[in-house]
Amino acid sequence: MSEPVRFVSRGQVVTVGPDVPHTMTALEYLRLRLRRTGSKEGCAEGDCGACTVVVGELAGDGNLRYRAVNACILLVHQLDGHALFTVDDLAEEDGRLHPVQKAMVDAHGSQCGFCTPGFVMSLFAYFRGHDRADAEELKDCLAGNLCRCTGYRPILEAGERMFALAGGSTDRFAAGEAALAAQLQGLARSRMLRHSTPDGDFLAPETPEDLAETLATLPEGENWILAGGTDVGLWITKQRRNPRSIVSIGRIAALRRITDHGDAIEIGAGATYSDAFAAIESLHPDFARMVRRLGSVQIRNSGTIGGNIANGSPIGDSMPALIALGARLALRSRAGRREMPLEDFFLAYRRTALQPGEFVESVTVRKPAADSRFAAYKLSKRFDQDISAVLAAFHLRLDGGIVREARIAFGGMAGIPARAPKTEAALADLSFTPAAIEPAVAALAADYTPMTDMRASAAYRLLAAQNLLRKFCHEVNAGGKIGVEAAE
Amino acid sequence: MTALPHTATVHKPVPHDSAPGHVAGAARYIDDLPEPEGLLHAALHLAERAHAKILKIDVSRALALPGVHDAITVADIPGNPDIAPVAGPEPVLASGTVEFHGQPVVAVLADSLQIARRAAALVTVEYEDLPAILDLAEAVEKKSLLLPPLGLKRGDAAAAIAKAPHRLQGELRLGGQDHFYLEGQISLAEPREGGDVILRCSTQHPSEVQKLVARVLGRPLHAVTVECRRMGGGFGGKETQAAQFACLAAVLAIRSGRPVKLRLDRDEDMIATGKRHDFLSRYTVGFDGTGRILGYELLLAGRGGWTADLTGAVVDRAVFHADSSYWLPDVTITGLCCRTNTVSNTAFRGFGGPQGMATTEYVIDEIARHLQRDPLEVRLANLYGQSERNVTPYFQTIEDNILPGLFDELLASSDYRRRRQDIDAFNARSPHLKKGLALTPVKFGISFTTTFLNQAGALVLVYEDGSVQLNHGGTEMGQGLYVKVAQVVAETLGIGLDAIRITATRTDKVPNTSATAASAGADLNGKAAENAALAIRGRLAEFAGGLFGVPAAQVQFRAGNVTGGGQALSFADLVHKAYLARIPLWSSGFYATPDIHFDRAAGRGKPFYYFAYGVAATEALVDTFTGEYRFTRADLLHDCGASLNPAIDLGQVEGAYLQGLGWLTMEELWWDDAGRLRTHAPSTYKIPTARDLPADFRVQLVAGRANPAQTVFRSKAVGEPPFMLAISAWLALKDAVAAATGGGAVHLDAPATPERVLMAIAAAQPRQAGS
Repeated sequence: MSEPVRFVSRGQVVTVGPDVPHTMTALEYLRLRLRRTGSKEGCAEGDCGACTVVVGELAGDGNLRYRAVNACILLVHQLDGHALFTVDDLAEEDGRLHPVQKAMVDAHGSQCGFCTPGFVMSLFAYFRGHDRADAEELKDCLAGNLCRCTGYRPILEAGERMFALAGGSTDRFAAGEAALAAQLQGLARSRMLRHSTPDGDFLAPETPEDLAETLATLPEGENWILAGGTDVGLWITKQRRNPRSIVSIGRIAALRRITDHGDAIEIGAGATYSDAFAAIESLHPDFARMVRRLGSVQIRNSGTIGGNIANGSPIGDSMPALIALGARLALRSRAGRREMPLEDFFLAYRRTALQPGEFVESVTVRKPAADSRFAAYKLSKRFDQDISAVLAAFHLRLDGGIVREARIAFGGMAGIPARAPKTEAALADLSFTPAAIEPAVAALAADYTPMTDMRASAAYRLLAAQNLLRKFCHEVNAGGKIGVEAAE
Repeated sequence: MTALPHTATVHKPVPHDSAPGHVAGAARYIDDLPEPEGLLHAALHLAERAHAKILKIDVSRALALPGVHDAITVADIPGNPDIAPVAGPEPVLASGTVEFHGQPVVAVLADSLQIARRAAALVTVEYEDLPAILDLAEAVEKKSLLLPPLGLKRGDAAAAIAKAPHRLQGELRLGGQDHFYLEGQISLAEPREGGDVILRCSTQHPSEVQKLVARVLGRPLHAVTVECRRMGGGFGGKETQAAQFACLAAVLAIRSGRPVKLRLDRDEDMIATGKRHDFLSRYTVGFDGTGRILGYELLLAGRGGWTADLTGAVVDRAVFHADSSYWLPDVTITGLCCRTNTVSNTAFRGFGGPQGMATTEYVIDEIARHLQRDPLEVRLANLYGQSERNVTPYFQTIEDNILPGLFDELLASSDYRRRRQDIDAFNARSPHLKKGLALTPVKFGISFTTTFLNQAGALVLVYEDGSVQLNHGGTEMGQGLYVKVAQVVAETLGIGLDAIRITATRTDKVPNTSATAASAGADLNGKAAENAALAIRGRLAEFAGGLFGVPAAQVQFRAGNVTGGGQALSFADLVHKAYLARIPLWSSGFYATPDIHFDRAAGRGKPFYYFAYGVAATEALVDTFTGEYRFTRADLLHDCGASLNPAIDLGQVEGAYLQGLGWLTMEELWWDDAGRLRTHAPSTYKIPTARDLPADFRVQLVAGRANPAQTVFRSKAVGEPPFMLAISAWLALKDAVAAATGGGAVHLDAPATPERVLMAIAAAQPRQAGS
């Protein structure tokens, strides 16, 4: 029997019935079913931000959290139990514009206007979460929204102006928060959501045990585990695939948990990059700097570390950093739990050690020792929201300037995120100085045979990888970062 | 400098008319319109070969899918399937052969978009591969050309080069660019009685869509109406290339008798539609010890793709702009329109001008490196004069060269010379990070180089309550054309903007219009609308003069009131009285740009009514380990004449600069060996984000300088010219690479991705002495 998905919009509970396919995105639902056409499709892959909406979610403390997300790769079913805000909802009923909207008009922040609804919603999420603007934060806030007309300067200006127009971050949504929170509490579920449609099922277990049981008893056919949907969403919108079942882990609180074990941090597979950001920053600021660039705010608000691991992509930016830090994975199924080093999980291009019925439960990372040196470098054509040409992570233990232990991992240099054993061996017992490490730099050519594709040539990948090791060495010796970001 | 006359509405920073709708999600694009009863959806099957004979097309599996209504090939086109805008053939669906990977072969019609797209994927085509030319250099070697070359020639360049104290020669590649309009191509066709059809189409050229739809339907133009209220961006990508999808939607609508929508998804749009032409340039230049060019031979080869589209005019404009802003005494410039088995390239903001200008700016930079001089000094040495050294290679005399003054102004405001010293000092002490600085000019010719296109029409309707509907042949793609033209009409009639309703561009209101392109939208349509409003005002003044007992010339229209002889009426009251007195309250208006001509065979004439100018200085910071970079500061000074709307124009300047910066730095189109475009979505094709804007961004419009040409309220066109201000960003990277390699020649093709920057550093050799 099918249960409706329920979410709150404009103060009303919206009920999504069995006539809505299990693969329908929130954007399609808005535009085709509700006929609310303010949110636009620009790319259907979460890269342009024209479809940005804001999801209101009850946090553990009972307060509302506002997350900007891409509606084009969010399934409408993932809204279950949440509130949805779109560009169509912001103005007052008499048409008076919200301060975010008014600031955009005043700053001449729209030209063709097609990207504008997405910018308005990214700014709205920022507005709800802050009481004044920070110029650098605004660039980060808007990194997932592409505008082809304005050059962005007026939009950044609107971000500064909106707080002044509102006299802080007060608006009618702030006033309605308590009522909305109560409404969302009323949508809480005590058992698994089963939304069955003629095309297939959307299932959302509440506990890891439920999940293990569900995965063990799925019918024959193509069945997917869905976390944030930043990859799986594209299997629907771009590959036009139609699975038998989609099993969402988004409602499992235990999988979103982040636990500090003292010497290590354990991150649940369902924790989004935004959830885990503080924990990642506590592991190493360089890791956090890289995570800020691996995807836009919208992507980090949806995408999970567990999903990033489980999809087995050769270009997941976190993998080299996690491997260099010696991360271990916990896998789970109805049969039980097992652990493995992260690098052993990746078998070949898009192939992992995950068995049928098994899921990634968490990843545990030891905190770097005081005498260790760590750095992560991401190279891409564009600084923000771009898939890496090369991702390098270096983790050394030095004793009086001598390398005692080296863990090096790269993304973009092979079919899987991979360590550099020959380079690591060549570094052992070397003095970590620019002149001394050249044999290790040369060894990278023996560790990797990168390929040429649309992101970079093989020659660039290898030269850049070697230069990154040189750069890391210069930085360690200089005691600070060298680069365009650090210099600004 | 003469003061501008007092105005109430023009020259004011009025917001875009749709801005409140944009921010509320209430401004409708075609996919947002309420769907008509019985709407069907179309999808395309794209070719999977770069060049092949079509042996068999099988649509049976597509037709068997429940919900599928139709699947058509070129054989099903009722009229003439050739949709070439200028020179064909360009079949609307592949005919006999496929000419590029991604060419539409079959159009499928179904109940929903999802079913249509699934069905399109079920079409199978059998091919027999044919040899394909994928590389531009190969097309040049094999003389694979779409059209005859255009040549400009003055004096004897070869002899001047031979005699020159210094000579350089080289080759440069400039990449293409996807438009990445946020709203993809879309058309909605509805059949009307008698086989007529009305289309809503996201197009910069409704009249051409009308013409081509009529052609494929085998009907006269009067059977087809095309409407466009707004586009979600155009940039040239919807000048010719919207027509193909409109034609297919129209054919399917006529066949099915039902409304049909055809909307491409992002990947299909990027694969199947043309882009900015990539260019291969080869130059030989002779110059003296100060860097003054004495002789210049230049070959500009543009990739047209598989069919001509607008390539002829694009390459012409590249040739016309290869002088950049410099006097070239003895010069030969040749433009090639190359044919390759890739998507047919098309108009894109600047229309070849950027490629021509960027090439010569690069050559100037190389001259400076060779002489170990600051490129700025070489630019100043070559800059067009104001009364001599001021004739272009196509023999147009530049009559209003303001560049020397703009250089002085920007050198001062950007503090160029001190910063040059600071940067040199920084580079001397910084081993791993290097800074670069470049200052480049823009001189862009305004007018369609195809002279007959320089015409426009408008229709102004004054209703008896004093409210006004405004319509003209220009289309709104975000550039603010509608509000600018409304400002002109408001100013002319002395009424407020709120009294004017701007209506969608439609071929049944103003016929035979030109594309909204060549930056000329406001120049042409603004003048046409002004003429319409003047005609109405003339009649009203005559009538009011009668009422007030004064000559018509003494009647004033201002602030919603009409006054004369100490008497006053509101505009609405006067209009109502005029209506009762049976005075016609509407008028069309027409405008044709005067004084332009060009003899293509002789390479001589005055193709441009005037020039728009600008200067920019951009500073870059490069990481020599990785080739990564940031633009730390940019100073822009741009000439809009007496700007119709300084807020709109500032937005054009800023947006054009960043779009140009994207073209020259991060936006890379990448085809594989099979001719497949592999950068066909924003995940792989990267346009600038908010962070890529220079951290310190200072933009000024040249203040209060009216256009000496008789343009609408003495404004200047602005859409394209500032795009080329971004050449300074690319050459700032080149300057930083030169600093990293100890000076001397630097080869840096565009887009200058971090990869190209690092490889340029790796490849550059220390400068060799001598010439």
